[in-house]
Amino acid sequence: MRYYLNRLGRALLTVWAAATVTFVLIRLMPGGPITQLRGQLAQQGYSAQQIERRLAAAKSRMNLNPDASIPQQYVEYMLSLAQGDLGTTINPKYMTGEGPRTVASLVAERLPWTVFVMTTATILIFAIAIVWGAIVAYSEGSRFDKGSSVLGILLGSVPFYVMAFALIIVFAYGVNLSVFGVNVGQYLDLFPARNRMTQRLLGPERGTLEFLLEVLHHAALPIASVVIVQAGLQMLAMRANSIQVLGEDYVRVARLRGLPDRRISTRYVARNAVLPMYTGFLTLIGFNIGGSVILEQVFQYRGIGLLMFNSIELRAYPVLMGVFLVFTVTVVVAILIADLTYSRIDPRVTTGESSEAY
Amino acid sequence: MKRTESDGGTGDAFTFDVESTVEVTTRERVVDFYEEFIYKPGLVALDDKRTAIGGGILVVYLLMATVGAWLYPEPTTNQVARGIQPFQTMDAPLGSTPSGVDILAQTIHATPDMFILVTSGAVFATGLAVLTGTVSGYKGGRVDAVITTLSDIAMSIPGLPLVMVLAVTLNPKHPAVVGVVLTINYWSGLGRAIRSQVLTLREEAYTEASRAMGLSTRRILAKDIIPNLMPYVLVNFAFAARYCIFSAVGLYFLGVLPTNLANWGLQIQDAYDRSVLVGTGPKYQILVPMITVAVFSLALVLLAQGLDRVFNPRVRTRMAGESESIDGEDESVTQAGGI
Repeated sequence: MRYYLNRLGRALLTVWAAATVTFVLIRLMPGGPITQLRGQLAQQGYSAQQIERRLAAAKSRMNLNPDASIPQQYVEYMLSLAQGDLGTTINPKYMTGEGPRTVASLVAERLPWTVFVMTTATILIFAIAIVWGAIVAYSEGSRFDKGSSVLGILLGSVPFYVMAFALIIVFAYGVNLSVFGVNVGQYLDLFPARNRMTQRLLGPERGTLEFLLEVLHHAALPIASVVIVQAGLQMLAMRANSIQVLGEDYVRVARLRGLPDRRISTRYVARNAVLPMYTGFLTLIGFNIGGSVILEQVFQYRGIGLLMFNSIELRAYPVLMGVFLVFTVTVVVAILIADLTYSRIDPRVTTGESSEAY
Repeated sequence: MKRTESDGGTGDAFTFDVESTVEVTTRERVVDFYEEFIYKPGLVALDDKRTAIGGGILVVYLLMATVGAWLYPEPTTNQVARGIQPFQTMDAPLGSTPSGVDILAQTIHATPDMFILVTSGAVFATGLAVLTGTVSGYKGGRVDAVITTLSDIAMSIPGLPLVMVLAVTLNPKHPAVVGVVLTINYWSGLGRAIRSQVLTLREEAYTEASRAMGLSTRRILAKDIIPNLMPYVLVNFAFAARYCIFSAVGLYFLGVLPTNLANWGLQIQDAYDRSVLVGTGPKYQILVPMITVAVFSLALVLLAQGLDRVFNPRVRTRMAGESESIDGEDESVTQAGGI
């Protein structure tokens, strides 16, 4: 029990420290929300007077006083954060008709899409890796094994955004395919290259089958570009684990006892080979959600990564802070779950403190 | 009088100082160094296909960064005709952009800065990881708790978003600084892995012997612990370098890093902004930097996979044909080494 409380306390400390670091960093960025808004308004052709009036109105709507000192702003922000208030944004790009929009609602609207894409991708990665790795391990040294290893390394060394471009080129626009001026054949027009829905507001109704199909259709390329790149490397890890387990004494004993092969491969080998990948799975979800910044820009997929990228450009501090906190909390919770549940999954591991100081 | 002097250790009394009595000439030392650090690893490296290919590709990139960048003209607008297709003229072998920039020139002149960026990032990340990992693993106790908490925090702040904010804030211009910014929290995960290795190393008999002799912690770390970690660290050096390229090109593509450097990421961004992906757009503009990045990172992955063997002392001596006892056991390897 004490261990759990200790671990939970550490997680909270981590979130607080990360929030502080990012708060300071964000305030140090050149140009603030007011400067940015002034520029935006000036571009839209407002007169100097109108701009000043609008800025004054915007300032009065901000929940933080932009003229206060940074420590003061920090205390105010942390106090409202403790009450679960992420603040509001004054940037017209994020505002709906009624006025300022709360960051919480903005994040809540975007986050599910990113989590959907990245969680689906990570689950697929591990499903493919575990099955593929196990099969490869049983035929160690065969041509299939060697080919798989080479393929895994080759795919694993392609950055996911490069894979994304390649997939867009091949699958998204149905025109003649010419690479370096040589006509290779016909492009496919199977999947959309951008956006999360065809129409932003007037799509099929939520919850219907058409809605689900359209969401999947649009998410196919983003998910595929992450899966293709990462599955091979995880397969290599699974292969190494399985080969190691296959050499263990208890597997040999199980064979000598005459247990059926199927039982040995699923209950003896697979279970023990998958164990070390469990922590990797949870941390990879967190890592991938952080990587959504680039992926969503490539596909113009309106998730939390694109929100973060846009709010850096707009210097929308509260939005940026909010997104950052969401990223951090995701990673912290993923690691926390991995740490707390690992001893349940693998009873051999008991949690202990490090001893002896030299 | 004499006695007190020798007590101070200046006489010929026994000391722990390791001073070899055999004279070693500089030449012998150079030959020795060549044998140990160039010839033998080279043998193993060339024997393993992965290191051979990876190293070969890396050499090509290095040549591109040095000789290529020196010989080949710099990219400027309108240096050739606009929108040339690749493999048409020798003026622009890989084609040109709609503003008349030679794509090959862009690609070549991006390599020197990329090398600086990648090296500085990887050195920073692995160096810091070794420092924190060994100290916290070996010292344990309170030092360990502090370092572990710090690396916990660094690990939980998502890398790419943090780097994006940092890049906008600091606006780093020099490629070496960009490299350090990119790996600002990469050290934490690696440091944690090194720490757990040190936890077992510190219980080894030879480490305990050094401790019993009263050697300083710094000396034990430098002489007993770190040499054992070297293979692992160097393999991860290659992985850190790959991470650097991934995020550097990605962030240049997003446009959050300053655009003063010629860069593959900027080439991709430029092509993407001209929407070359749509319809019959000139795909080669985005394909060239894409392939360049992918091949570079492939070389590093291959190196990382093969380096493992290079640092295995058993494989190394066997290949150099020095250890006869193992020679007979594994003929295939000896034969391969002989070629």
